Amino acid sequence: MPPTPVISISALGKIYASGLVALQDVDLDIRPGEIVALLGPNGAGKTTLISAVCGIVTPTAGSVRVNGHDIRRDYRAARAQIGLVPQELYTDLFETPWDTIRFSRGLFGLPPNPAHLERVLRDLSLWDKRKDMIMTLSGGMKRRVLIAKALAHEPQVLFLDEPTAGVDVELRRDMWAQVRRLRDSGVTIILTTHYIDEAEEMADRIGVINKGRLILVETKTELMKKLGKKQLTLHLLEPLATIPADLSAWALTLNNDGGDLEYVFDASSEQATVPALLKRLGELGIGFKDLTTRQSSLEEIFVSLVKEQTDQPWSTPPGSIRSSIQSPSDRR
Amino acid sequence: MSTPIQVPTFNYHAILAIFRFEMTRFGRTLWQSLVTPVITTALYFVVFGAAIGARVGDIEGVQYGSFIVPGLIMLSLFTESLNNASFGIHMPKFTGTIYEILSAPVSAFEIVLAYVGAAATKSVLLGLIILATASLFVPIHIAHPLWMAAFLVLVATTFSLFGFIIGIWAKGFEELQFVPMLVITPLTFLGGVFYSIDMLPAGWRTVSLFNPIVYIISGFRWSFYGTADVSIGISLAATLGFLLLCIALVWLIFRTGYRLKS
Ligand SMILES: Nc1ncnc2c1ncn2[C@@H]1O[C@H](COP(=O)(O)OP(=O)(O)O)[C@@H](O)[C@H]1O
Ligand SMILES: [Mg+2]
Repeated sequence: MPPTPVISISALGKIYASGLVALQDVDLDIRPGEIVALLGPNGAGKTTLISAVCGIVTPTAGSVRVNGHDIRRDYRAARAQIGLVPQELYTDLFETPWDTIRFSRGLFGLPPNPAHLERVLRDLSLWDKRKDMIMTLSGGMKRRVLIAKALAHEPQVLFLDEPTAGVDVELRRDMWAQVRRLRDSGVTIILTTHYIDEAEEMADRIGVINKGRLILVETKTELMKKLGKKQLTLHLLEPLATIPADLSAWALTLNNDGGDLEYVFDASSEQATVPALLKRLGELGIGFKDLTTRQSSLEEIFVSLVKEQTDQPWSTPPGSIRSSIQSPSDRR
Repeated sequence: MSTPIQVPTFNYHAILAIFRFEMTRFGRTLWQSLVTPVITTALYFVVFGAAIGARVGDIEGVQYGSFIVPGLIMLSLFTESLNNASFGIHMPKFTGTIYEILSAPVSAFEIVLAYVGAAATKSVLLGLIILATASLFVPIHIAHPLWMAAFLVLVATTFSLFGFIIGIWAKGFEELQFVPMLVITPLTFLGGVFYSIDMLPAGWRTVSLFNPIVYIISGFRWSFYGTADVSIGISLAATLGFLLLCIALVWLIFRTGYRLKS
């Protein structure tokens, strides 16, 4: 039995005043202690989803519970357990890190606890900067100040909205390490990203969101298994009308009017099934002029998912995908 | 984390945090926010009190320099309350830091109490400082000290609430300045700071009675010298009415999330 979710989102919807449907029928349970990545292109609705849970955007449908507390009726209890690090670097320029995190702790209704605040700042390598004006800090440090603010009230759940957007490679790695340390300290983390490698690197589970819909939520291992699939395509000399019964041991499909024979197999499997298939084909006198193999990447899976939003993302032919890939480095 | 979470039923830590934040902000601009009005007021006394006042003579038995003191305090109280409170809530909206307040376990009442409380506190302090400054220039008599204090707090609170509303409504800094500069200041100048409306011709006197500021200044002056343009009861009712109107508007703002949440 899965553990009781810390956050339970059901049938959540948001239509902005402009009429734009930003979220539609989103269901998602977050389990304690996990890192969930919400992956989606810009404008998918990631920030809206987070904002709705945190009380910044008013949902137009559905409900959210935080440890059983409804975010509207029981907003104090719900919000007290959540920390939010926004996408943009919203900081009070004239404050110091120390003052601003002390403010945050008070805002969330907790009595002062200098020892905790010191620990937070030290963990985020901000202790030396605690008395500097925030406006004098670098972008990476400002981001960490926002994380420190979000942690000042010892939340159980931390939302990180695009923690590494526009950040260079080295800082991204630092951030990832930071997030792992936080999780190790017992905090449940939901982060959004439009970098596939980030989701792959960080998350226990990945939710793919596009056009306001959560189209898939999978554990990373599950995704990796699918990722591990390889596809062999044989371009036949003579088109086949049907797949010969002799070949039923292999999961084959015929494409391109019988001109292509496709074999999808598990790349991690020990058994070498391809040589046997080729041998069998030779015996049956089925010749091919060329062959290609490919391994699906998470990126392709993602792109085909968001492009088609079908239930069978795996069957999309590779050629048609590559040309239309929306580069993950596309930024606003 | 197995520690049971503490859920405040009344989040006074938050009120304190915001209050302190606002007071620190005022502290950073202490020069503009305290010294400037004091100097301006002192200049009024030099010009109107000493130079012109000597030729004006007494109004309702009060020396002219003393007569204008309550009105000048109110003038500062209006603009300072509006500016402090409107900036206080507009800045987080402008910089985006409002996200934290919206996502915190604080009620609308607590937010208003903190922001308006801080703005009003500063205005009252300023009013008292101007009063002290004025007493260096002219003789001042306070007939009803408790009423004087009550008016000071009431007006500071009301206009801070009004400023809070403006701060939420304003989309930019021009709009923030619009109401104080183009509505309140003219109404105040025409509201009997420098004269008793009884000195006006009958027609203008009637027009003046449509100016709500007249009632506030008249009431405040009554607490000093015991004389008033309109009866103290009406003054009090007008001020309280304005306060209730502001409270209703703030209530509506938070109910609908107007210009706070999408
Ligand atoms: N306050 C708003 N009013 C109207 N539309 C909005 C607002 N905020 C976001 N949107 C729109 O909602 C959609 C989702 O936005 P957002 O949640 O920010 O996406 P993401 O974080 O995935 O990039 C976008 O089309 C965006 O333009
Ligand atoms: Mg976003």
